[in-house]
Amino acid sequence: MSEHVHRDDFGARLGMWLFLVTEIVLFGGLFIGYSYMRYKYPMEFHHGGAELNATLGIINTVVLLTSSLTVVLAIVAIQRAEKKRAMAFLGTTLALGVTFLIIKSFEWAAKFHHGLYPNAPHLGTLPPGEQVFFGLYFTMTGLHGLHVIAGLSVLSVMLWWVATDRVRPDRYVHLENSGLYWHLVDVIWIFLLPLFYLAA
Amino acid sequence: MSQHAEHSADLNTVQQPEHPAEHPGYGTFIKVWVALLILTACLVGMSHVSQTYAVWGLLTLTPLKAGLVFYFFMHLKYEGPLLKIVILVTLGTLLIFFALLFSDVAFH
Repeated sequence: MSEHVHRDDFGARLGMWLFLVTEIVLFGGLFIGYSYMRYKYPMEFHHGGAELNATLGIINTVVLLTSSLTVVLAIVAIQRAEKKRAMAFLGTTLALGVTFLIIKSFEWAAKFHHGLYPNAPHLGTLPPGEQVFFGLYFTMTGLHGLHVIAGLSVLSVMLWWVATDRVRPDRYVHLENSGLYWHLVDVIWIFLLPLFYLAA
Repeated sequence: MSQHAEHSADLNTVQQPEHPAEHPGYGTFIKVWVALLILTACLVGMSHVSQTYAVWGLLTLTPLKAGLVFYFFMHLKYEGPLLKIVILVTLGTLLIFFALLFSDVAFH
């Protein structure tokens, strides 16, 4: 009705950060659980870590770190009114996110093939500490994977909004907030790499 | 930043613009990305030396990497104090839970 449109970009970012804080606490609880279990079962966690493919974990770290860079570069591009470049950066981010998921699926498929999946008969024959290790591994990387899928969905919408000028140089807080979510997903992976893949 | 320095110091510590007039360029973030890759390489290297090094790498380099992402990629460097306080309170809360758990474990 009215011509005046209320906008509060700082409020929008504050709201996003408050949501991210709940995500930090969600994963934080799991990290605290992990640290207690690792303290209780140091050898079993060592053996469990040896079962994981560290190379795939490291490659996926580089993939996610780079995808974080391209999101932040997309924001720089939009600030400078370089729309094509912003779309290229966002497209690269999406491609890298999908690459992460493909690598992850190969990794999980190999684990399943070796009888390592939640509630697997083979898993039940392992020492309790290793069962805990794989329980935490599937819970934490699985929950992280769901966040990657959510982040990719949101960033796909952002690519569409940049293309249709809903996100533009004078109004890009949506892109900033989507970027914040994606970076948090990256930060969680930064912790998952040494906790699981480099535990051996 | 140099323009700010010409004004009185107490004025611009109180009044922070929502979006600073000058945004950081591509170069800043590419440098941070290179630093993150180098730190990842160090972390992987330390994990190959010994278990002790691996744990120290985990406890020092990993929070450092997360800090770089928070401070630069998530633009906390360019935000006012409120968002920084929100994050610090959250991390402090987690640290308290962590300390409570391990103080319990230690006296069992």
